[in-house]
Amino acid sequence: MSVSVSAAPAVSPAPPAPRLTRRSPYPGWFFTPAAIVYSVLFLAPTFASLYFSLTRWTLFDSEFIGFENFAQFFREPFLIKGLINTVIYAVVTSGLKVVLGLLLAVMLTSQIVARGYLRSVVFFPVLVSTVGVGITFTVLMHPTQGMINETLAMFGIAGPGWLTDPNLALYSVALVDVWKGVGLATVIYIAGLVVIPRDYYEAARIDGATPWQNFWYVTLPLCRPATSTVITLSFIGGLRTFDLIWAMTKGGPGFASDTIASVIYKQYQAGFYGLSTAGNVVLFILIALLVVPLTMILNRKQGHE
Amino acid sequence: MMKTKTLALLGASTLGMLMTASAVQAQQSGYLTILVDNGPQSIATMEAWADAYTAENPDVTIDIEVRPGGGEGDNIVKTRLATGAMADVFSYNSGSLFQAINPTQNLMPLTDEPFQDSVQDSFKSVVSADGEVYGAPFAPAMGGGILYNIPIYEELGLEVPKTWDEFMANNEAIKQAGKVPVIQTYADTWTSQLFVLSDFFNVLAEEPDFAEKFTANEAKFATTPAALRGFEKLEEVAEADYFNADFGAASYADGVRMVATGEGAHYPMLTFAIGAIAETTPDHLDHVGFFAQPGDSAESNGLTTWMPDSLYVPKNAASPELAKDFVAFVASPEGCAVRNEAVGATGPYMVAGCELPDDVPPAVSDMMPYFQEGGQNAPALEFLSPVKGPALEQILVEVGTGSRSAEDAAALYDEDVRKQAQQLGLEGW
Repeated sequence: MSVSVSAAPAVSPAPPAPRLTRRSPYPGWFFTPAAIVYSVLFLAPTFASLYFSLTRWTLFDSEFIGFENFAQFFREPFLIKGLINTVIYAVVTSGLKVVLGLLLAVMLTSQIVARGYLRSVVFFPVLVSTVGVGITFTVLMHPTQGMINETLAMFGIAGPGWLTDPNLALYSVALVDVWKGVGLATVIYIAGLVVIPRDYYEAARIDGATPWQNFWYVTLPLCRPATSTVITLSFIGGLRTFDLIWAMTKGGPGFASDTIASVIYKQYQAGFYGLSTAGNVVLFILIALLVVPLTMILNRKQGHE
Repeated sequence: MMKTKTLALLGASTLGMLMTASAVQAQQSGYLTILVDNGPQSIATMEAWADAYTAENPDVTIDIEVRPGGGEGDNIVKTRLATGAMADVFSYNSGSLFQAINPTQNLMPLTDEPFQDSVQDSFKSVVSADGEVYGAPFAPAMGGGILYNIPIYEELGLEVPKTWDEFMANNEAIKQAGKVPVIQTYADTWTSQLFVLSDFFNVLAEEPDFAEKFTANEAKFATTPAALRGFEKLEEVAEADYFNADFGAASYADGVRMVATGEGAHYPMLTFAIGAIAETTPDHLDHVGFFAQPGDSAESNGLTTWMPDSLYVPKNAASPELAKDFVAFVASPEGCAVRNEAVGATGPYMVAGCELPDDVPPAVSDMMPYFQEGGQNAPALEFLSPVKGPALEQILVEVGTGSRSAEDAAALYDEDVRKQAQQLGLEGW
C-alpha cells in the first residue's frame, strides 16, 4: 500500500488509502465457516451438556432434576477412589516422564553410537495405537502365561499379578503409559537441550565443573521451559487418561484402577446419561482447577530466570 | 412379498438404504440387517438361521452385524436405537435390561403376530411392556448354577452336592487331590456375578416376596440374610483359596475350556455355556455336567432359571415385514431344528412344538429334571424386578479378590441399584 506523496493534496484518490490500511483486507464473513464449525461442534455440545448434566436423561427423553446428578456423582462410592487414583496416576506418569525423558534426552544429545537410531527407537512407542499397546501389555502381563512373569520365573522369581493384584494394577498401567509417552517427553527435552548455548558449558568447564555439576547447575535450569511443557502436557494427559486404562483393566480388578474418566464412562455405559454428563462437567472443572495454577506457577518461575 | 422383487433391486437395496430414508423402496427389497452379540454360539446360530432362511427365500440378502456383549453391548444397542440406526432385527436381553431400552418408544409390537400363539407365556411376560409383547425367543431357557467336570467327580468318587456344605466338602476333596476346585474368570467381569445371581432360588425359598419388596425399596441385600448368602458364598470360596491361579486374568472362553478339559472342577455359569463348549471343545461335551447352586437345606434344592435373550424389531426398521417374517421363522419349530443342528441342544425351548434331540449332552439332561414335573425352579431376580445395578460385577470381583467383605459388598450394591431405580422412575426411591 504505497501512499503517494504527490504535491497535489486536492486530488480525490487519497482518502480511501488510510481506511484500507486500518481494515483487514478480508471481509469479516470469511470467519463464518470456522465460526459455524466451532459453534456446532464445540459451543453447542458444551452448553447442551451443561443443560443435560442437570437432567435425568435416557437419550429418549429427559427430566430436569437440578443438581441431583452432581449430588449423586459425589455420593458415588467409587468416585473418591477414582479421584485419588487419577491424581496418583497423573503425578506418577508425569513425574516419571520428566525424569526419564530428561535422562534419555541427555543421553541422546551426547556423542554416542547409533544416536539417530536410538532416537527413533525411543520415539517409536508414541506412534503406536494406545489400545494396541494396552492389549499387547495385557497379554505380556498375564499372571501365569505372560512373557514378563515367565521370564521372571526363569530366574526363580514369582512375578506378581501385574494387572490382577488390586494394589498393583494402577501402577502397572502407569508404567505402560510412561513407556508409551516418554518418547514425546524426550523429543521435547532434546529440542530444549540443543538450544542451550555451548558457552555456558565452556565457562563451567573452565571453572572446573564436574559432569554432575554441569548437569545440575547448567542443563537443568536452562531446560526449564521444556520441563514445564512436559509437566503440563503429561499432567493433563494423566488426568484425563482413559483409553489405556480401559484397554488394560477396565478400571479393575473391582474398582482398583478406576479413574474419573473410567467412572464417567461406566455411568454412560449403564445408561445414566445425565449422571455421566455431570461427571464430565466435574472433570472439566477439576482439570481447570489443577492445571491453570500449575501453568501459572511454572510460567512464573520461568520468568525469574 | 419376497418372491416379487428382482435381483437388480436387491443389488441396489444396500445403496438405497444408505442414500434415502424412504422406507417404501427398502420395504420392497429383500435386504435384511441383523445385529447379534459376539458370543460364539450366537454368531453360529444366527448364521445358520440366515443360511436356512435364504435357502427358502433365495431373493433375500441378510447381513449379520456383530456387537460386543456386556455393558459395551448395552451401550451400542441404546445408542443405535436412540439415533434410529438400529438393524432390522437385533438380539438383546429380556427382563430388566429389556425394560431399560424404552420398548414402547423404540420397538415394534409383535403381540398380534401369529407365531406368538406357540410362545410360552412365561417368556412373553419378560418381553412385554404396557400390555404389548415386543420379543421373540431365539434360544432355549437357561439355568444358572454350576457346571462341573464329570471325569474329576468320577476319579475322586464325588456325589453331586445338594447342600452348600456338601459343595464345600467336594471342593476340599478336589483341592486335596491337587486340582482346581472352582474356576473364576475376572477378565470378563460379568462372570463374577453367578454365585449371587444363581442363588436366587434359595433366596425365594426363604423370602418369597423378596422381589416385590426389593423393587419397592423395602428389602435390601445387606439386611436380608437369605439374600446376603450369595455374597457370603462367593466370599467363602474365595477365602478357602479354591480358585484357579490366573482367575484375575482368565476369560469366559478360558473358563469354558477349563471346565470342559478338567483344568478346573466347577464353573459357576449359565447353561448357555454348553453351546460354547459344543462350539469350541466338542470332544469334551460329554465331560461336563450341571447342578443348581445348592442352598443350605437339601429339601429345597432348585434351579434359578433365566429366560433366553430375545429378538426385537425396532419401530423404524427399514424392512419391517421381512424382519417380522424372519423373526417368525426363528421362533418356529423349524427354527429350533436349525439351532439344534448348529450348536446342539442347550435347554428347554420356549416355543411349542420345538423338540430336543434324543442325544442331549449330560449338562442338558442334568438340567431338565428341574424343569419337569416334581422339579423345582424359580426365575432369576432380573425377571421379577426391573432393578439391577450396573456395578454388581465389579463389586463381586472385589469380593472374589478379597478386597471387600460380603456384608460391605451387599451394602454397596444396595446403593448401586438406587441409581437404576431412579433412572427408571420407580416409586419409593
